[in-house]
Amino acid sequence: MQMNTYAKTLAVALSLAVMAGCSSSGGTQEGDMNGTAGGTSGQGMTSGQGTSGSQMGANDQKPNVDTIYFAFDSEEIRPEFESVLDGHAQYLMANSSTNVTLQGYADERGTREYNLGLGERRAQAVEQYLTVQGVSPSQIQIVSYGEERPAVQGHTEEAYAKNRRVVFSY
Amino acid sequence: MKRWMSQGWKTLAAGWLVSLIALTCMATTAQAQNLTIEINRGSDQATPIAVVPFEVSGQGSLPQDVAQIVSDDLEHSGQFSPLSRSSLVSLPSSSKDVFYDDWKRVDARYLVVGNIEPQGDQYRIQYELMDILGGKRMLGETVTSSEGNLRASAHYISDQIFEAITGIRGAFSTRIAYVSASGAGNNSRYALHIADADGYNSQQILSSDDPILSPAWSPDGKKIAYVSFESGNSAIYVQNTSSGERVRLTSFRGINGAPAWSPDGRKLAMSLSKDGQPEIYVMNLASRQLTRLTNNRAIETEPDWTPDGQSLIFTSDRSGAPQLYRMSASGGQADRITFTGSYNSDGRFSPDGKSLFMVTRDGSGYHVAKQDMDTSRVTVLTDSRWDESPSVAPNGTMVIFATQQGAQGVLGAVSSDGRASFRLPSAQGDVREPAWSPFLN
Repeated sequence: MQMNTYAKTLAVALSLAVMAGCSSSGGTQEGDMNGTAGGTSGQGMTSGQGTSGSQMGANDQKPNVDTIYFAFDSEEIRPEFESVLDGHAQYLMANSSTNVTLQGYADERGTREYNLGLGERRAQAVEQYLTVQGVSPSQIQIVSYGEERPAVQGHTEEAYAKNRRVVFSY
Repeated sequence: MKRWMSQGWKTLAAGWLVSLIALTCMATTAQAQNLTIEINRGSDQATPIAVVPFEVSGQGSLPQDVAQIVSDDLEHSGQFSPLSRSSLVSLPSSSKDVFYDDWKRVDARYLVVGNIEPQGDQYRIQYELMDILGGKRMLGETVTSSEGNLRASAHYISDQIFEAITGIRGAFSTRIAYVSASGAGNNSRYALHIADADGYNSQQILSSDDPILSPAWSPDGKKIAYVSFESGNSAIYVQNTSSGERVRLTSFRGINGAPAWSPDGRKLAMSLSKDGQPEIYVMNLASRQLTRLTNNRAIETEPDWTPDGQSLIFTSDRSGAPQLYRMSASGGQADRITFTGSYNSDGRFSPDGKSLFMVTRDGSGYHVAKQDMDTSRVTVLTDSRWDESPSVAPNGTMVIFATQQGAQGVLGAVSSDGRASFRLPSAQGDVREPAWSPFLN
């Protein structure tokens, strides 16, 4: 049973990682999540996050989970996502020639320019977490999209929760 | 980057000519997908006016109903309620055929009549405005127009009528810029458009797979500054609206956002986070020299100039939540100017500097509000849930903003007294980020 859940989470995470990989050449993986994988994928990720993140042991393997989420009007790293960040930190430290772009996002509430600032704060919080772990700042770039390119369309709390995020884009 | 910064105005001018337009990113094909104004709420204090269909001499009909355009313009100002055509008591085409008492009886306060005469490939439009209550002719003029210019001529006539009655310069011949977004995921498309103030003659001047936001007209109406993510990060561009030529003005690390032209057009205020947090900067456009005005561990963005160009206002969350602050354009201390409500952002001054329009949050969502600069009294002008990006008409009578209608992003307009409000639905997907042009003539 547990194996089953894990496999499912891994499958979702892997498919998301593949999409993210494609999108680094200019696409929008958030939209893909929305369009192809459907709204549930984000949810599955959230629930299975801790396990999948921590079990990605191999440092030469890119962590599968590439998105973490934030509370309303907050850039605080939620404890359940620390293992995800640890995984990325280990990967980046083991692969010092690898760079990552942290894409910061906000939900649609509030003005667009102000939300660019909120998205950047979230990405900076992740950057700080990674550098404290020992990742070189030179490996990290930050791009804030604010409320642009939402992962999920709609005006619901559920949609907002999935849009307040930082995405690791390698 | 450094190279950019050291370049002078000469190079900038050359840049205009050389043009940095990425052709793959541009599509200048004009697509007539007009916005259509729908009345949301009429003003109970609108002045009744009768606009009689202009008589067309000779055979055939015109491609544009000039009197209808004039009537719609006046109605969309929020200050007039035109009589329906079915309630017109007669159809005079000149003031000499007007019986004032007839129009008094149907409570028309003003009357517009006119006639159009084809002359070669031009049209000669003669119109007159009468004050019914005062029993006198106020205005009469002859306008010559090509067929393609009939809408523009109608807007010109609306401007004259509006000014003759209200004493305020009409803004019907101005334009709006706005951003459309359609599709999702890899099929996302963003585009920057320019349309007439009534939503017609929409023309796409930029399209991209990546977000576009914050268009801002130069004070001479010839250029638009905006933020585009086409390079993989936000960058500020300035584009000539007629030639399409453009330059990338800033592409620093971090956020490059919220461009705002100084009233004299020589400087551009903006928000840059190149040194850590978004701060307010002013760029001298001739020298490209940047001056940093704020220094705060907060988000500082959305600058706007006071009409005299002496001060700037901006959004800052240094108090813990976004509020508006004012400081001298040469820097110094910033004073908080909004105290009503827990969220006030994106402030825009009225042309006379007496009112400040902004986005305010209350229990029912985000609305456009107006703050009187003398009394600090705040009036919430809109009642929909997701209103943002207010942009004030150059005559200060209307504010255009972005809102939601159903699941779609649409533009809305509200009179600056809040009495009349309109929607401009679009077939171009989600529409947002409106910017009202300055006077163009």
